[in-house]
Amino acid sequence: MDKRLEDDKLVIGGQEFHSRFILGSGKYSMKLIEAAVRDAGAEIITLAVRRANTKEQENIIDYIPRNVTLLPNTSGARDAREAVRIARLARELGCGNFVKIEIMRDTKYLLPDNYETVKATEILAKEGFIVMPYMYPDLNAARDLANAGAAAVMPLAAPIGSNKGLATKDFIQILINEIELPVIVDAGIGRPSQACEAMEMGAAAIMANTALATAGDLPLMAAAFRQAIEAGRKAYLSGLGRVLTRGASASDPLTGFLHD
Amino acid sequence: MISDALKASTGKVIKMENQFYVDSDHLSKEALARKHQLETDASSRTNHMEYLPGMEQIQSDIRERVMSQTEQYDYTVYTSADVSAALEHEQCSIEDFKALLSPAAGPFLEQMAQRARVETRKHFGNTVYLFTPLYIANYCENYCVYCGFNCYNHIKRMRLTMEQIEHEMKIIADSGMEEILLLTGESRGMSDVSYIGEACKLARKYFRMVGLEIYPVNTDEYRYLHECGADYVTVFQETYDSDKYETLHLAGHKRVWPYRFEAQERALMGGMRGVAFSALLGLSDFRKDALATALHAYFLQRKYPQAEISLSCPRLRPIVNNDKINPLDVHEKQLCQIICAYRIFLPFAGITVSSRESAEFRNGIIKIAATKVSAGVSTGIGDHESKYTGKESGSAEGDEQFEINDRRSFETMYQDIESEGLQPVLNDYLYV
Repeated sequence: MDKRLEDDKLVIGGQEFHSRFILGSGKYSMKLIEAAVRDAGAEIITLAVRRANTKEQENIIDYIPRNVTLLPNTSGARDAREAVRIARLARELGCGNFVKIEIMRDTKYLLPDNYETVKATEILAKEGFIVMPYMYPDLNAARDLANAGAAAVMPLAAPIGSNKGLATKDFIQILINEIELPVIVDAGIGRPSQACEAMEMGAAAIMANTALATAGDLPLMAAAFRQAIEAGRKAYLSGLGRVLTRGASASDPLTGFLHD
Repeated sequence: MISDALKASTGKVIKMENQFYVDSDHLSKEALARKHQLETDASSRTNHMEYLPGMEQIQSDIRERVMSQTEQYDYTVYTSADVSAALEHEQCSIEDFKALLSPAAGPFLEQMAQRARVETRKHFGNTVYLFTPLYIANYCENYCVYCGFNCYNHIKRMRLTMEQIEHEMKIIADSGMEEILLLTGESRGMSDVSYIGEACKLARKYFRMVGLEIYPVNTDEYRYLHECGADYVTVFQETYDSDKYETLHLAGHKRVWPYRFEAQERALMGGMRGVAFSALLGLSDFRKDALATALHAYFLQRKYPQAEISLSCPRLRPIVNNDKINPLDVHEKQLCQIICAYRIFLPFAGITVSSRESAEFRNGIIKIAATKVSAGVSTGIGDHESKYTGKESGSAEGDEQFEINDRRSFETMYQDIESEGLQPVLNDYLYV
């Protein structure tokens, strides 16, 4: 961690984190978790409840270091009712109060169902969960989630596993501009440069999994993500300089002829 | 291996056929006469397109959509240019998929495998799921000429009691397995829905995921079985060519082709989370059957977008009393082509490769496209104790449905998957 970022903390549900990299779920291995914690600096690791509590061959909870916050997710839920049941099960399993809501009614694209997600958020926030909903980046839904008690919003950058980067960039920017909660960019981030770009935009954190899990050298890619996220964060905090997107800059002002 | 076609002296292509009919000395004269009549006299057989009393008929256009595409499919018209284009397209259309299944795609197998692997890793990462089947009864009321369980085949029949089922489940669960697929022969008389339901309830005690591969049932029965703990239904259509189907399924409920076709849809209507599809490759024109299998899954997932979809890719295997049965023109290369085409067309779908295939083939295909394999497999009845522990169970055992090829135990399979650089997954599922 760069010293200049030491006081720059990510706060979710009253809990402070230094790292702005969150390991997503999906493809797990001991090596991936090690790299995420040691090399990417992850302090939050997502845990798919549906894969937890398995037998000794692959008990994921055992893989996760104690100083790391577990973020159980509700993957597999098809509606609010199922998501609520999975969240409660996670708490019973000893996963704490954090929960990432994932509700998908489509097995092809795995796109989140914002409507059901708002319903589940409302129920779980009332039960004391720190709710982090995965969502399609829609401003109205994000406002509803904030009003329902979400602790952050997690818009998707591109379809899960597509490594397409910031396909929904303009809509994520609107959420960053308008929503008071941390906006954590989730799904679709395939390279460190894309993570950096999202952080420059003002995203609070990045969640990724596939990009690391499928890299040739896991620890090296994890370190690259850490640096990219820190670079993007610094750029955002510094206030980005002038970036010309079109045309040229006139050295003589066009309005110089105006005298009154 | 027998070649896909033999050229006769006339230059005409003659398709090889399996010799399925086997007479048993144990059949009565009357039974033998009835068997021969069914085999030789088509008029003695019932109308395979007509639903029998008690069979639910649902309103659905899926069958028409699948079969109109399949019937029009002429795979000889596709060229290497079509295959190249299909491989270049980011989205694989139905037309692209047809090209990938065609003979023209044969020389592109390596490119197809490369593309398939990319799609598999994007959607499934490095994971490979493990499961094991448990046959609880092998009584059958059908005469399906290629199947070891068929009612005219003289085999040791058995139906496990609940105590025996639980004993088998304990042995399997102790090995570490978390997903089980319960199977029966197709006999409502000897293994009715409530018997299967009780087995599902037991399975829920020992396993996190319970799948079913039983005779097709009505929506309300699927709903009941779902409530008992099952959440995944596999039905093999065997062949989508209904005329060919008629000549292979000569008697019994299974003979009704459309009722079988609609089984997955009824299962989803009954609340099942997922459904699996398959043709038994080698029974008919495998390219058309592969097309129909994938389109069946494709159209059904569009209608039920929440449904989890998977495809199996079994080839014909020898059975008790007929060791000559083989998959004809579906060699390993053709099977690999089908599996790669499935993956490219349906990148999100699970693909299961069973122990019908060799260890070498399965080790290779999990690196390309397959996402689920069975291990510690027995297709017999009540023999897990002897197979898993080497201990004689002391009780009777029922004969197998077909001969398996890959006999690896759960432990060996787990280690082999890891040594390929992949991650074995025992469960990715929660019953909610």
